[in-house]
Parts: sequence; structure tokens; C-alpha cells
Amino acid sequence: MTLKDLKPGQEGTVISIGDKGPMRRRIMDMGVTPGTVIKVIKVAPLGDPIEVNIRGYELSLRKDEAENIEIKM
Amino acid sequence: MDYVIALAGNPNSGKTTLFNELTGSKQHVGNWPGVTVDKKEGVYKKDKNIKILDLPGTYSLSPYSAEEIIARDYIVKNKPDVVINIVDGTNIERNLYLTLQIAETKIPMVVAMNMMDEVESQGDKIDCEKLKNILGVPVIPIVARNGKGLDKLMAEAVKVAKDKPLGKKLEVFDENISNAVNAISELLIESNNDSSSVKAISTEAQWKAIKLVENDEIVSSTLSDNKRAAVEKIVREAEKNADGDTEAKIADLRYQFITKTVNTAVKKSKKGYVETKSDKIDKILTNRFLALPIFAIIMYLMFAITFSENFLLIEGLPSPGVWLAGLAEGLWGSFADVVDGLIANASPVVYSLIMDGVIEGLGAIIGFIPLVWVLYLLISFLEDCGYMARIAFVMDRIFRRFGLSGRSFIPLLMGFGCGVPAVMATRTLDSEKDRTITTIITAFMPCGAKLPIFAMFVSTFFAGNNKTLVTYSLYMLSIVVAIVVSLILNKFVYKSATSNFVMELPRYRVPTIKSIAIHGWEKVKGFAVKAGTVIFISTILIWLLSNFNINSFNGVNAANNEDGVIMAEMDDSFLASVGNAVAPVFKPLGFGEWRPTVGVATGWIAKEMVVVTLAQLYDDDVSPEYLEGYFSQYNQEELEELGFEDGQYDEEAAFDIYTEGILWEGEDENALSTMKDDIKTKAAAYSYMVFNLLCMPCFAAVGATKRELKSWKLTGAAVGTQMLTAYIVAFVVYTVGSLIA
Repeated sequence: MTLKDLKPGQEGTVISIGDKGPMRRRIMDMGVTPGTVIKVIKVAPLGDPIEVNIRGYELSLRKDEAENIEIKM
Repeated sequence: MDYVIALAGNPNSGKTTLFNELTGSKQHVGNWPGVTVDKKEGVYKKDKNIKILDLPGTYSLSPYSAEEIIARDYIVKNKPDVVINIVDGTNIERNLYLTLQIAETKIPMVVAMNMMDEVESQGDKIDCEKLKNILGVPVIPIVARNGKGLDKLMAEAVKVAKDKPLGKKLEVFDENISNAVNAISELLIESNNDSSSVKAISTEAQWKAIKLVENDEIVSSTLSDNKRAAVEKIVREAEKNADGDTEAKIADLRYQFITKTVNTAVKKSKKGYVETKSDKIDKILTNRFLALPIFAIIMYLMFAITFSENFLLIEGLPSPGVWLAGLAEGLWGSFADVVDGLIANASPVVYSLIMDGVIEGLGAIIGFIPLVWVLYLLISFLEDCGYMARIAFVMDRIFRRFGLSGRSFIPLLMGFGCGVPAVMATRTLDSEKDRTITTIITAFMPCGAKLPIFAMFVSTFFAGNNKTLVTYSLYMLSIVVAIVVSLILNKFVYKSATSNFVMELPRYRVPTIKSIAIHGWEKVKGFAVKAGTVIFISTILIWLLSNFNINSFNGVNAANNEDGVIMAEMDDSFLASVGNAVAPVFKPLGFGEWRPTVGVATGWIAKEMVVVTLAQLYDDDVSPEYLEGYFSQYNQEELEELGFEDGQYDEEAAFDIYTEGILWEGEDENALSTMKDDIKTKAAAYSYMVFNLLCMPCFAAVGATKRELKSWKLTGAAVGTQMLTAYIVAFVVYTVGSLIA
């Protein structure tokens, strides 16, 4: 499953992150690396993007981006 | 200068606060060549021999954004004596990621562990001594907001700058990556053994080697072809052992190292996710149902505080911004009166140059300063307290469709008030692409100064129609054009720029008054100096063109005018000649005559000038007889309200009151009837409004654009885009409108 499938309040562990490229690099630079626990905090009022908590801080990303992050619960 | 200290750190780590605390108010804001990123420099307030440079806030030294490239180029190429890396203690893991990358450059470094007060109040403990042992660099706990620990930090930084200790080698990478890095760095050193210091070469080669394993294209492009091939072979080999992607592997390994480090040196009172006070605030501010209403209220307040004439819906109560602007203009007016008195006997040329050129030109700048200042205080507040990131979070869904980010909302909204602060608000946007596009489309917004044009034209040409609807259609048109232009620029000009929304939502914090005040002051200064020059020169230029003609300089005017004045009337000026020459260009738009053309040009001084100029050029229509007839419909009380002293009709005052009052408000449906000889149809009138709405904004806004885009070329491209858009849209409007009618 991917990060996009998580509901607010649920958390999972990152397994892998999408395809090679600047996007993946940006996500990893922000601390989303394999083995990290990631928790979905909320969805923006218009349904996208989402807010997650990782490594003790809040990060927002679009659902398209979240879809590339594979996780296990 | 004895030492140069560079400040590096994540956005929201308190870097700006630290910079302000260290340098006081004496700082110089310039720009990094070629990009729209601020370059801030200052001198340490306790030792004038220490220069402090504020690098752009970045999360990493990857070569993907302008900020990152600037920060790493500076560190690697300019080699500051020491880098102070400011780390947000409440968010230590992600902040240490940049620390590791700076350590890789081997530039002497001191870590400033910031927000220690918050760390303590959370019940967490950061052992700076342990961190120092692991990282091999001094780690100093500080609280930038109140200056705690800063003396010690600076003492340590100076010591490091003096000693230049060799950094400790950190065991971050695994065997596979280390081998690749070593192999490449040997390869780089081999052919480079001619220069002096072997140590310098090897540290630089080491850093380059890491970047090459990370597939860094910028470093790779500096290599010769056969060396690049050799490097690539090593990297391919390493990739095989790193799941096909060394770049990701390295990021992963850095974070693994950080996790280990944090587990040893940091004691957290609670494990896992902890809901902080900030999270509770956020639950309300970005709540699914409350977020949009709260956002609308905050935006309304921001707009109202800056631009409202009826603040808080109280009739006639000016908002702080409008009040200050009025105050500044009033003071400037009194000053102008004093100057007027002093030079009343000067020659007409000097008098006109000073009054209509210099005083008017400077006045244009001064009138905007309070608006820029008030708006900037508000924006700094929203930015520093953390709400700005939430605006982007809430609005992203909508603006993404137009290829922009949610943050573009603020500049565009401000564009309805005044283009100058609106353009300056683009500074808060994250990417160069967003800044440029937003700056361009902000000029399309119907700012306050464009309203008199609409009012006059709508009342004169659309007397029988629904006037509100016509004006409303112009508002809608400006928004549609802005969206379309943004989409086009995204698709064709910035097609390679990837848009993403991986953004930190920083904690809510109460901003310090000092940092907001410094922010606001910087903006005002930047505007007055940088934009002011553009505004001033352009105003003088238009003054020259509109007051002189060739006969000014060959004695003909002097001979003809009874008092020997060499200046010409506007109908007869260079501007009129230029207008005549250019006018045919506007034929396809329906107003290819010189008077409307000149109106467009004077509109660049200030958009409301279009109305004043047209009144001057069609002066047959505003004869004293006409004015007297027009004003005779008002009684004494009403005349006083209109601006006549004691309600007594006064021929001299009548022209100004008519052009800047009646025409601006569009209250005379019979205004400028001969104008209808030049602008014959409703379609042409609408097209004229559209052109003035969309074409180049006033010089003040162009000056602000130059200040933000930091390049004449980009500014020229922006103005070109606006002109072209205005022309095309007005053409379509006129052609379609003529067909319908």
C-alpha cells in the first residue's frame, strides 16, 4: 500500500519511494527514507494535499506524491 | 575584514532571527547574481571586523533549487572562514541532514543548537557535548530569540576561524559507497597534482567525489569527457550494489547516521508522535470546515488594513495603510507647496521640471511607501508565525491547476489594491518560476488606480447598459487572463521546471517584533532605493516628452510665446508626435488615434493619469463654460462637498475637481463628447479599458518588478508579455465586439 491509502490518524513505516529523480530526492532530503515511521495528520480542506508527521515535524505533500511512497502498516 | 562567517541552516530554523541578533539593524540586502534570491550581509555588532553573510535557507545542498545551489556554491567556492550551521533543536533529525552535508565540504563549522528553551519545555534533553564528540565540531546551545548563548557561539566561531581545525572523518557511508567515493577522488587527484596544496586538493576531490556518486550534474559537467566516462563507470558499478540508485542510498545512509546520533545524544521525554500546542492551534486553523472561513477573514483583514477606505465597514474611516498614505501625501503636498512658493519666480522650464517632474516623480514613490510598509509588516507576521505555509496548504488544490502554488494567492489578492506591494509580496513564493509568473500576472489585476478609467469610460460609453455588470466583466476578464497567461507560461516557458509540494509546515510561533520591524524596514528601503530610481527616471522622461517639442530647442517656441517660454502644450509635444506615429498600431484595437495613445503612455506614470490626460487633450469639452454649466446643477453644500472652498464656485479649481473628482467617479455621462470621434464604438471603448487594464503597469510597479526579479532582461520579458497579452486580448475584444454590434 502507499501513503495515499492512509487515513488521518493512521501511521505506517516507509518501505520505498517511487522512481529515481529530483522528486524522490526532494522527498528523501526531507527525511522520508526507508524504515521511518510516518503518520498522516490531516487532509487539506479541499481534499489535497495531506499533512504528515515524520521525524518529529510536520510535512505536507500532494496525494500524487504520497502515492509514490510505499508503506506498511 | 578579519573573518567572514556564513550562516547556513534550514528554513524556519531561526536563521534570520540569529542574523538580526548578530548584526543589529545594520545590514545590506543585495542579490545573488542572476536569481531572485536575497543576499544579506552584515557586520557583527560587537566586532566590526567580522563580516556575517546569511545564506539562503535550505534543507540540503542538492543542486535542485536556486537557494541550494547558491548556498553550496558559496560554501565550496568562496570558502568562508567558518560556517555557523543553525540547527532547530525541536526538529533535530531533519536539521542535522544539512549539517552532515556541510561537514562533507570540510569547511570549518560550528553548530548553533537553537530553540533550546522550547526543547527544555518539552522535557527533552540534547547533550551538546556528546554531539560534539560524534560530529567533531563545536555544538553551542543558543536561544536566538532572546540572544542567549550568542556570545559563546561567536567566541567559538572566531576560534574555529582562527585554528581552522581539520574536520573529523564521519563514518556515514557504507563500504560500497565509500569505495566508490575513494576511487573517484583518487581519479580526480591524479590529474591535478600540479597545484600547491595537496590537502586542499584532496578535501575538494573528496567532496566532488561524493557529489559525483550522487549523480550531481553540475559537478559532472566540470569534468573532461574521458574522466567523466571513467567516473560514470565507477558510479554504475556502485549503483548495482545500491538497489540501482546511489543518490537515494546516500540520503538514506545520512539519515541512518543521524538516527544513530540522535539516539545517543538526545533524550526525548515521550516516544513517537506528540501533539504540541502548535498542533492544537493547527487543528482549528486548518480544520476541514473552519479553514476556509478563517482564511477568508484573515485575507479580508489584511486587505482592509492596507487598502480600505471604509475600514471595518465604518463609512469614511481610513485603514492604517490608507491613513498613513494620506499622511505621507499630505506632508509631501505641504512640502511641494513650500517649494512652489520658493521657486514661483523661477523660469517656467525650471519650475515645471521641479514641480511636474521631480516633485511629482518623488511623490509617486512616497505615496506608495506606507502601503508597502503596512502590507509588509502583515506579510512578515503571517510568514514568521507560520500561517503563510498553511495558506499554501489550504489553497494549493486550486492554484495547482494554474501551475502555481497556493502562496500566489496573497500577491494576486493584493493586486486588487495596488500592484506595488503586490509585486513585492511575491518574495514569499518558493520557486523562481512561481515568483516570475506571479509577478507578471499580478499586473493584470484591476488595481485601485485603474478604477477611474473604468468609471469614466463605463459611464460615458455604456450609459444605457448595466454599468455594474460592465465593470464586473472587466474584473472577471482580468482573472481569466491571469489564469490563461499563467497556464501558457507554464506550458511553454517553464515546461522543464517540475512543480512539487513537498513543504514543511513549521510550528506556530509568536514572531519577535524586532524581526518583523527589520523586515518591514528592509522592504521600504529596498523599494525606495531600487524601485524609486526606475520610477523617478521614467517620470522625468515622460515629463520631458510631454512638455517639449522640436521648437523648444530651435527658438520658435520662445519667439512665439509672449513670455519666451520654450515649453510646448501637450497637444503639440514630442509625446503627441510619438503618439501620432504609434497610433496606427492601435487601429486594429479600435482606438488608433494619437490622443488615446498618449493617454495609455501617461497611464504608465500612474493609471489614474489616463483620465486626467484625456481631459487635458479633449480640452474643448472641458471649457470653462462647460464646467460652469455642469457644476450649476449642484447647490452650495454639494459644491463644498465636491471640494470647492466654502461652496463657492471657482473657475480655477473647477478643472481639477472635474477631472480628479467627477471623471474619476464616472459621474458625468456626457463627459468628453469629442472623445467619441476618436473612440467611436462601445467595442472600441471596451477595448481601450481592456488594454489599459492589462498592459504594462505603472512605473512604480515596474520598478518593484525589477527589484523582485533582479534582472533587466526578466523585467523586460515581463513587460513584453504584459504588452503582448494586452494587445491580443484587446484585439479579440474589439473584433468580436464589433461583430456583435
